[in-house]
Amino acid sequence: MTAADFKYETSRGFLPGHRACAGCGQAAAVRIVMEVAGPNVVAANATGCLEVFSTPYPESAWGVPWVHSLFENAPAVASGLEAALKRQGKLDDVRVLAFGGDGATLDIGFGALSGMFERNHDVAYFCMDNEAYMNTGVQRSGSTPFGASTTTSPPGRRSFGEDRPKKDLPAIAAAHGIPYVATASISIFADLRRKVKKALETRGAKYLQVHVPCPPGWGYDEKLSIEIGKLAVDCGLYPLVEWENGEVVRVRKIKPIPVEDYLKPQRRFRHLFRGEDGKAQIAKIQELADANIKKYGLVE
Amino acid sequence: MTATRKQRRKPPLGIVTRPGSSLCNKTGPWGIMRPVFDWSKCTGCNTCESICPEGCIRHLEKKQYEADFQYCKGCGMCAAACPFDAITMEEEHR
Amino acid sequence: MRKMIEGSRAVAEAVGLCRPGVISAYPITPQTHIVEELSQMVADGDVEAEYVRVESEHSAASVCLGAVAAGSRAYSATTSQGLMLMAEVLFNIAGMRLPMVITGVNRALSAPLSIWNDHQDTLAVRDSGWLQLYAEDNQEVLDMHIQAYKISEDDRVLLPVMVCMDGFILTHTYETVDVPSQEQVDAFLPPYDPLYKLDPDDPYTLGAFAGPEIYEEVRYEIQRDAIAAKEVVKEVARDFQSAFGRWMGDVVDPYRCDDAHTIYVAMGSVIGTLKDWADMRREQGEKIGVLKLRCFRPFPIEEIRSALSHAERVVVLEKAVSVGGCGILPAEIRAALYRQPHTPPVHAAITGLGGRDITLQTLDEIETRAQAGETDFFAGLRRELLEAT
Repeated sequence: MTAADFKYETSRGFLPGHRACAGCGQAAAVRIVMEVAGPNVVAANATGCLEVFSTPYPESAWGVPWVHSLFENAPAVASGLEAALKRQGKLDDVRVLAFGGDGATLDIGFGALSGMFERNHDVAYFCMDNEAYMNTGVQRSGSTPFGASTTTSPPGRRSFGEDRPKKDLPAIAAAHGIPYVATASISIFADLRRKVKKALETRGAKYLQVHVPCPPGWGYDEKLSIEIGKLAVDCGLYPLVEWENGEVVRVRKIKPIPVEDYLKPQRRFRHLFRGEDGKAQIAKIQELADANIKKYGLVE
Repeated sequence: MTATRKQRRKPPLGIVTRPGSSLCNKTGPWGIMRPVFDWSKCTGCNTCESICPEGCIRHLEKKQYEADFQYCKGCGMCAAACPFDAITMEEEHR
Repeated sequence: MRKMIEGSRAVAEAVGLCRPGVISAYPITPQTHIVEELSQMVADGDVEAEYVRVESEHSAASVCLGAVAAGSRAYSATTSQGLMLMAEVLFNIAGMRLPMVITGVNRALSAPLSIWNDHQDTLAVRDSGWLQLYAEDNQEVLDMHIQAYKISEDDRVLLPVMVCMDGFILTHTYETVDVPSQEQVDAFLPPYDPLYKLDPDDPYTLGAFAGPEIYEEVRYEIQRDAIAAKEVVKEVARDFQSAFGRWMGDVVDPYRCDDAHTIYVAMGSVIGTLKDWADMRREQGEKIGVLKLRCFRPFPIEEIRSALSHAERVVVLEKAVSVGGCGILPAEIRAALYRQPHTPPVHAAITGLGGRDITLQTLDEIETRAQAGETDFFAGLRRELLEAT
């Protein structure tokens, strides 16, 4: 067999030719999800980077049935897909997926997400968390971490960037008591793959929040996506936790590194490295990391 | 649904029919870096193929991976992810 | 079978007979009895559907969108604030050419908050791409829902349909209606057979984004098909008459208009009052006719022209106001008559807002003021309230 014989299997997954930035964490994460999911799925997708770079008419990178409606209703559209498939008796064979960015999931779609969880629809919701409204040009979202620079939380004479900590949506999801909630990172791919598989095998509502580094949004060279993601997990700022029916069942242990190692390579945190005031902010970020480590018992 | 109905009434404009119609968009010219695979170090773990955001890495035989340069954007994630340093990024010369 | 039931119950029975696969429900006065009746019917197994108790109207419409995308017939009902909340989704559903039926119970819009009837809510979404039918009484409400699914799912249409019924006036009144049998409805309305749906055996991408090089053409097709849908509305009304023996008009329904000197135009339940009033005036020798506008979208320009152009005067009742502009329905009637060989003067009377009753006295006032030459006015105002400020 030669390279010329290679044919892309268009009936599954996520195919090349999409317009994601080189080194896009989201594209990599979706590829892994779709690889595990196989062809018997239908997907609902919120407005955002993923939707825009994968479906500029008439091109579509999706080999599986896929629907995009609006920004805030992917969970509700997925609920409708699930209800219809249930009525048609197909829910045992066809899984329902939903994709949304952090803006779509934590902010504008929060109500619809909560409704879907509360009714326990058999949907696996994947939040692609790149920590800002990236598609519209890097504006702050509820998931933007403390101290980060975005276009609507810029550092300035009176500001150090984002002044609120990340909204803890995984804990909120777990509080709904749904069967499975997990955080994952594109950089820890075997763990991600395992969690995707678990989510797809569980019946009921599932929430998987995947940390996906964004080269233009976070300000680093595209080949560093994997490395930066690892640093986020290893410093404790992005704990990898699994909940079942509202209870923490498993965490990924780390050997903690200082948060500076994670913050320094990213332009969105560079303003924290100028002067004494910046140091104080970094200390606050370290406190947030330490709180996570303590709360979830991340250290061996 | 009958074939005649599909002929008589095509889906309205704006509904994409063909799965994977993005394949016509060749993103290869985007980047200047290209991955070079050292097959002697490859263990066949498939990490590069899984992690590639484009999905353009494939193996023809076990432990013989290559990138499809029609689509490779040269991001370097495969090289960064390979646990065995079997991939290096080199600048492409046209 | 003839039953004396509440209007809301008539809707629920009609929807049940249409065999929806997914019903999404969010309560809002005065639509609540509809979703409550359906809920009991599902709980008792009389209607086999997934009943999704959503957390907002935006999600109610979105659940319907997802359900139809996956190939099941869907239904929801809403009004007023709920309709405004789901407005974004309504445009989206029509743009994606997904057939479905939503009952738009007509209720006034906040502010100030009002739970009572007028047409402001459904008229506010007239641009959305949804076909809009306005019902005169509860029998028509029942029949319209069955017709609406047939119109919506027709390959020539593939646009969602809103059945508009006046809140409280129709939803909460008891009338004797003829409820068809399941066999009759099944023969008239076959199961939903989607042209395209989300199915792993035949994947589609729905909802791609469109650049400037194609958006206009997609919208052109929607407009083209919406205009052409008028013929389907008429055809389905005729087919319904053949199957069920009832006719209440297709896109318009003229009453005593042939020799009328003055024709009153309106939509919805006020037609009943207008017909009584016109009969009274006729006994006094005045040749008054009533034109019921049954189908507001698509707007039936030709039928309006042929019904009105011989009249000496036209008076349009409007139960809404496009603030800063003029009456919505009067403006469209005037536009339809523009540059016709004979164009009667069109008077616009805004009345019946927020549940204010339109009585025979109100109509007398309107006729007097129209005869005196007033062209655009609010009728039935309580002057003593206005002078107090």
